[in-house]
Amino acid sequence: MTATQKGMFVDTSICTGCKACQVACKEWNQLPMEDQEAVHLGNAFLADSYDNTGHLSATNWRHVKFMEQFSDDRRTQSRWLMMSDSCKHCVDAGCLEVCPTGALFRTDFGAVDIHNDVCIGCRYCVGACPFGVISFNDKFDGTTGGPHMVKGTVNKCVLCSDRVANGLGTACAKACPTSSITFGNLDDLKRLAASRIQALHARGQTDAYVYGWDLKAEGYDRPSDGAQDLKVVGGLNVFYLLLDKPGVYGLPAHDPGLPQKNILPNAGGALLMAGVLGIAGVASFRKRRMDAAAPAAVE
Amino acid sequence: MDLQHSDFIVFMGSNMAECHPVGFKWPMKAKAKGATLVHVDPRFTRTSAMCDLYVPIRSGTDIAFLGGLANYILSNDKYFKDYVVNFTNAPTLINAGFKDTEDNDGFFSGWDAAKKTYDRATWQYQRNAPPPAPAPTGTAEQHEGQEPAPKPVAGQSVKGVNWGTEIAKLLPTFPKEDRTLQDPQTVFQILKRHYARYTPEMVEKICGTPKDLFLKVADIITSNSGPDKTGAFVYAVGWTQHTYGVQLIRTAGIVQLLLGNIGRPGGGIMALRGHASIQGSTDIASLYNLHPGYLNTPSANTTHDTLKNYILTETQPTSFWSNTPAYVISQLKAWFGANATVDNDYGYDWLPKITADHSHLPVFVEMMDGKIKGMILTGQNPATSINAGFTRKAMRNLDWLIVRDFYETESAAFWKAPDVDDSSAIKTEVILMPAAHVAEKDGTMTQTQRTLQWHDKAADPPGDSRGDLWFWWHLGLRLKERYASSTATRDLGIKNMTLDYDPEPADVANWRIKDEPAAKKVLWEINGFNYAKDWKDRTLLSTFTLLKDDGTTAAGAWIYTGVTPDKNTNRAAMTSGKNDGWVSPNWGWAWPANRHQLYNRASADPAGNPWSDRKKYTYWDATAKTWKNVAGDSIDFTATKAPDTKPNPTGIGVAFQSGSDPFILKTDGKGWLFAPVGLSDGPLPTHYEPWESPVNNALYKQDRNPVTKVWDVAGNKYNTFAGTDFPIVISTYRLTEHHLSGVMTRWLPWLAELMPELFIEMSPELATEKGIKNGDWVKVSTSRSAATARALVTRRLRPFNLGGKTVHQVGMPFHWGYMGIAVGDVTNNTSALVADPNVSIHEGKAFTCNIEKATGPSDFLQRARKVPV
Amino acid sequence: MAVTRRQLLKMTGIGSAGVAATSFGALGFDLAFAEDRAAKYKLEGVTATPSICPYCAVGCGTLVQTRDDGKGRQIINIEGNPDSPISTGSLCPKGAATFQLAMNPKRLQQVQRRAPGSDKWETMSLDAAMARVTELVATSRDATFVERTADGKLINQTTGIFALGGATNDNEENYLIAKVMRMMGVVRIENQARI
Repeated sequence: MTATQKGMFVDTSICTGCKACQVACKEWNQLPMEDQEAVHLGNAFLADSYDNTGHLSATNWRHVKFMEQFSDDRRTQSRWLMMSDSCKHCVDAGCLEVCPTGALFRTDFGAVDIHNDVCIGCRYCVGACPFGVISFNDKFDGTTGGPHMVKGTVNKCVLCSDRVANGLGTACAKACPTSSITFGNLDDLKRLAASRIQALHARGQTDAYVYGWDLKAEGYDRPSDGAQDLKVVGGLNVFYLLLDKPGVYGLPAHDPGLPQKNILPNAGGALLMAGVLGIAGVASFRKRRMDAAAPAAVE
Repeated sequence: MDLQHSDFIVFMGSNMAECHPVGFKWPMKAKAKGATLVHVDPRFTRTSAMCDLYVPIRSGTDIAFLGGLANYILSNDKYFKDYVVNFTNAPTLINAGFKDTEDNDGFFSGWDAAKKTYDRATWQYQRNAPPPAPAPTGTAEQHEGQEPAPKPVAGQSVKGVNWGTEIAKLLPTFPKEDRTLQDPQTVFQILKRHYARYTPEMVEKICGTPKDLFLKVADIITSNSGPDKTGAFVYAVGWTQHTYGVQLIRTAGIVQLLLGNIGRPGGGIMALRGHASIQGSTDIASLYNLHPGYLNTPSANTTHDTLKNYILTETQPTSFWSNTPAYVISQLKAWFGANATVDNDYGYDWLPKITADHSHLPVFVEMMDGKIKGMILTGQNPATSINAGFTRKAMRNLDWLIVRDFYETESAAFWKAPDVDDSSAIKTEVILMPAAHVAEKDGTMTQTQRTLQWHDKAADPPGDSRGDLWFWWHLGLRLKERYASSTATRDLGIKNMTLDYDPEPADVANWRIKDEPAAKKVLWEINGFNYAKDWKDRTLLSTFTLLKDDGTTAAGAWIYTGVTPDKNTNRAAMTSGKNDGWVSPNWGWAWPANRHQLYNRASADPAGNPWSDRKKYTYWDATAKTWKNVAGDSIDFTATKAPDTKPNPTGIGVAFQSGSDPFILKTDGKGWLFAPVGLSDGPLPTHYEPWESPVNNALYKQDRNPVTKVWDVAGNKYNTFAGTDFPIVISTYRLTEHHLSGVMTRWLPWLAELMPELFIEMSPELATEKGIKNGDWVKVSTSRSAATARALVTRRLRPFNLGGKTVHQVGMPFHWGYMGIAVGDVTNNTSALVADPNVSIHEGKAFTCNIEKATGPSDFLQRARKVPV
Repeated sequence: MAVTRRQLLKMTGIGSAGVAATSFGALGFDLAFAEDRAAKYKLEGVTATPSICPYCAVGCGTLVQTRDDGKGRQIINIEGNPDSPISTGSLCPKGAATFQLAMNPKRLQQVQRRAPGSDKWETMSLDAAMARVTELVATSRDATFVERTADGKLINQTTGIFALGGATNDNEENYLIAKVMRMMGVVRIENQARI
C-alpha cells in the first residue's frame, strides 16, 4: 500500500441542493436515467421536498437529500437541510467482507470499487452495507445503460477510480459549485473539516459536527463544546459535516460495526465463496481493510 | 465575482442559488469571509437556506419594501453624505410645478387622464438662465438618460454637417443645486417626502413582512455600508417581471446610491440574467426598439425622418453619448459598406422604421388578429410562454413557421398540441430545422457581467444540423440573390447589405461542413475597422474613440469595439493561464473597453482618494496625473481628467461634466435618485399593486400603475382587481434542474428525472383550507385558463398577514409542456398579457389565481402522456 | 467471443476453484483491473476545446473533449473548465448535462416539414428547406411591405413577419438576425431578453 488515501469531505452546511453532483456523476460514468417511462407517465414525482430520485441506486450513485425543518410559526425553527449522499468507502467495509468473488475490492487509493465482470449478483453486499448504498441492477446492460451496466450485478459509486488513477478528482466534487464536496487526500480533508467546524462554531453554529471520524481523537483541533464528532465503521473515506442528528439524514446514529455479526448467513456464504477463491484472496482483502484504517501519511 | 468583496448581500427578486448556482459560489465566499447574506422572497428557497436571514414578502410589493429602506436611511440620517452630495443628483432643484404621488393620491404631476400618459415638463431640473426649452411630451421610444433635445429642422442631408457645431447648439445650461440639501425643491427633500409614509409598519401592512425582520434588514444594510464597507443587491426576473419592473430596480438604485454602494468594489446592483447570451442579445440587439449598441431604432413617431434629425434627436450633448454621430454612421457603414456614402445619408432611408410597440406581447395580439403571416423562432418556445393558450391559438393564424432548435419543441408541434382536435384545420406550414450546440460552432456569448467569451467549434453538428449563423448567412445570401435585379427603392436595403463572411479555406479544411460562415469576420465587423472594400485591406479598431462620423470607419456595435483590436488578437478568448486575480481582465473581455466595474470613478472620493483602504479600487495618482486601478480594471472615466476639473459650460460630452462626476453616461454625470427623463411612469418609484392583486393599494387611491400596458382582448381576460374569485397570489419561477420552457432540459434523461413533474408549492395553512394533501392533484385557474399540478405542501411558504387580512401565496415553476420525456401542464396557460410601460415586460411574478383539489391530471396532460417519447 | 471472467465464474462454480484461484488470486486481481480501467480511460487521446455553458448567463467555462476515431471529431465528454475565473471548474446540474444536450438520440438531425393541414412531419433536404424558407420570407415580405404611412412618412416596414428568439445564440448570430431581418424591412424582432 503506497498510494495516499483519497476521499471526499461533504460539508452539508454549504450544500445548495443543486444536484450538480448527481448529474456530473451520471455524465462521467454515462449512467442511464432510472425509469424513463415512470417520468413520462407521471409516476416519478415523490412529493418529498425537492427530491425525486429518492435513494441511491444502481443508476444513481449520488443522491441529494432534502430535509425541511420548520416550526408552525416558521420562526422558532426555519431551515432546509440538504445533503449529497453516496458510497462512504468505509474503512471497515461490510460489502468487502461479504463479497465472495472479489468483485468488490479496495483500490490503491482506499476506495471500494466494483468489478462488474466478476460480480455474480449474489447481493450479499446489498444487505451488508449499513448505509443502503449498493444496489442490484436487473434492468440495464451495456447497450441500454452504458459501460458500467452489467445486468444482474451490483453498482455504486466507485470514487471515479478511472479519473483518480489518471490524476483527476471525482466528477461530483469537481462540479460542486460551492465546494460542499471536496475530493483530496484524507488527511487534508480532515484538516479542512476541522477548520470548517471551528468556523461554524465560532459563528454560533455549534450543532455542526463530523460524521465518519472523530477529529479530536485523530489529533485535529476542534472545539470541545457543542455537537461532537462520530466515528463509524472504522472511519469513512467519504465523510460529512452535519448540522443535525445522523438519523435526520438517514444515517445510522451508532456505529453499525462490521456486518458479520448481524448478517451471519451472508457472511457464511461469503466465507464459503472465499474458500472457492483461495486463502490468498481473503488475506488480501483483510490486509487492505487494515491498511485503510491506518493513518494515511504513508507515501 | 465582485460579490466576494461585499459586506452584505441582499438577494431580492432573485433565487440565485437555484437559478445561477455556480455564480452563487461568490456570495458563499463572501459569507465565509464574514458577510451577511439576506434573502427577501415570497418563498423560502435553496437560496434562503444558505442565507443568514430569510425575510418573507408578498409577491410584487418590493417597491414598498425598498421604499421603506430608503425612508429608514433618510429619516435616521444613515445615508453616505459625501457620496450623496457629490455624486448623486440629490442637491439638484426640480421644477417648481412638480407634484408628487403623495400630493396627488398616486399620480405625479403631468398626468393626462384621456391619453393615459404623463407630460414630463414638471419633472425637469431647474437650470441657470437661460431656461431650457420645454420638454416634448414623452414617447415610448425615449431612452433612459436621454435629455429631450430641441426639435431639429427637418429635411436636411448629413452632407457637410459639422456635428460638433450642431451638438454645441444643443448644450443646456447647468442645473441649479443646493448642496446643503435644504431647499424643498431639491431631489433630496422631494425624496424624503416621497418615502416618509413608507414606515416599517406600512411595510408590514403592504408586504406582510414582520416589522422586526424588516428592521433587521435595514440595520444590516446600513451598518455594512459607508467608506469602509460596501454591499450589493442581487436581482433577476423577480424584479423585472412586473408592471412597474423598471421602477422596482430604480428603487434599489436609490437605496444603493444613498448608501454609496455604486461604482465601488463589493457594491452595486447585480442583474442576474437568465440565458447564456441574453446580455449579448440585448447589446447586439435582436429587439424591436434597439439597433446593436443601444442605438434606438428609427421611429416614425419622433423626429427620425432623416439621418441628420435622427442623430440630433439621439445625441446627448452633455454625456458620453455625445459621440452618437460616429456610432450611428459607422454602423450604417458596417451594414452597407461601399454602398453607404455621404451622398445617400449612408443608406439611412433604406432602414425600416418602427411605428408602434412591436414587442413580444403586442405582436402575438397582432398574430391573433391575423396580421402576422410568418414567424421565425430561433431557440424560443412561445407555445408555453405568457398566456400560452392565447399564444398557441394565435399561432394557428400563421401561414408559415420556421423553428430552429435541437428537439421537437412545443412551438414546432403547436399544430398537434393536446388541445388541438383537428390539425387539418390548421393551415400553417411548419419547417423545423435542427440547430447546432454551442460546442459545434465558433462565436462569442456575453454573460451577465458584460463579459464576452469566445468559444471554438469542437465538432461538426450532426447530420443536417447547422448553427444559426449558417442559417442567417445563407438566408441573407439567397435573399440578396433573389432581389439582385430589382430596381425598386424598397429593395435597396437587402440589395446593398454586406455579407462578407466567406470562410477562409483553412478554417473549414478539417470539418465536414465547408460552407460555414466565418464567425470571426462577423465579430470583426461588430468590432469595427477602418473602412476598405476587402478584408485584406481592413485594419481593425482597438477602441470606440477611434470611430469616425465621416464614413471612414465601420462598426456594427460601438460598445464591442476593442474586443478584436487586430486580426490576430481576440480578447474574448478564454485563454488558459490568463486567470489573473479577481477582476481577471484578461479572461474574456467586458464591454465597454474591458471595464468590469462600471462608474468605478465613484470608488474614490471627490478629491480622487480611495474612500478607504479596505475599499480601494480606482483612484487619482496626483504625481502621475492619471487615474489608476488596484485590480487591473479599466478606468470608467477620462484617464487624465483631474478630480478638481471644473465643468465646462461650452464643453461637449463629458467635458460638460466635472472631474468629480462619475456617472459619465448621465447627462449631468450624477447618479440619478430622481429621473427627470427616461421613464414613462414617473420620476420616482412608487408602490402600486400588481395588475392583479387580492388587495387595494394601502398608500394611494390609485391602486395600479396608471401607465400599465394592457391588452383587453378575447382570450386575455383579467381577474377582477381585489375581487374574491381569485384571491390567491401566484408567482411563477425556475428550478435549478430545468431551463425555461424545458426544451434544453426535459428532453435530457439526466435532468428529466430530477424534476419529473409540474408542481405547485403552497403552505399547509392554505392546503388545509382547500382540503389538499401533499402530492394531491391541484387545479390552478385564472380568467385565462387552468393547469393541473401536483401539490407540494410545505412550510417554506406561508400566509401573509396584511393588516389583519390573510393573503395566501402559491408558486409554480413554468418549465413544463407537452413534448419531451418529462411532460406537464403549461403553467403559463394561467398568466396574462400585461406589461411594464417602459420596457413591455410581462407580469409573471405576481398575479392572482384560485386553486382546488383535482382528481387527476387534466385531459390535456393525459393526452400528452399518451404520445410516446 | 471470449468468455468474460464473470461468465467463467458463474459457469465454473465450485469445481473450478483452482482456475478461479489462479486467475483472480491475490495480487493479479486488482492489477489486472487497474490496467483495464486505465486502458478504458475515456479521455485517452482527446482534444479539449474551451467552451461555454449554454444555459444561464453566469457564463461558466466548459471543456469539450473530442476524439476523431475516423468519422470526424466526436464529443466524448464535457466538464467544467478549471481555468475559468468565473466558474473555477464547477457546473450546475444543467451545465453538467451539456454533453447530453448534444449527444442525445432524440436530437433532431434532419429538417422536418409539416405541410399545411397535415397531421405529420416529413423529412426535407437542407437545400430544399433553405429554398423554401427564402421563398416564404420573400413572399410574405413583399405582400405585407408598407413603404409609407398614410400620412406619407417613409417607414419601409414589413408588417407581416416576426423573428423571435436568440438569447442562447451567439452575438454574431444575433447580429445577423438583426441585420438580415431589418434589411428585409422586418421590425418585429424580439428575444427572450424582453421577457
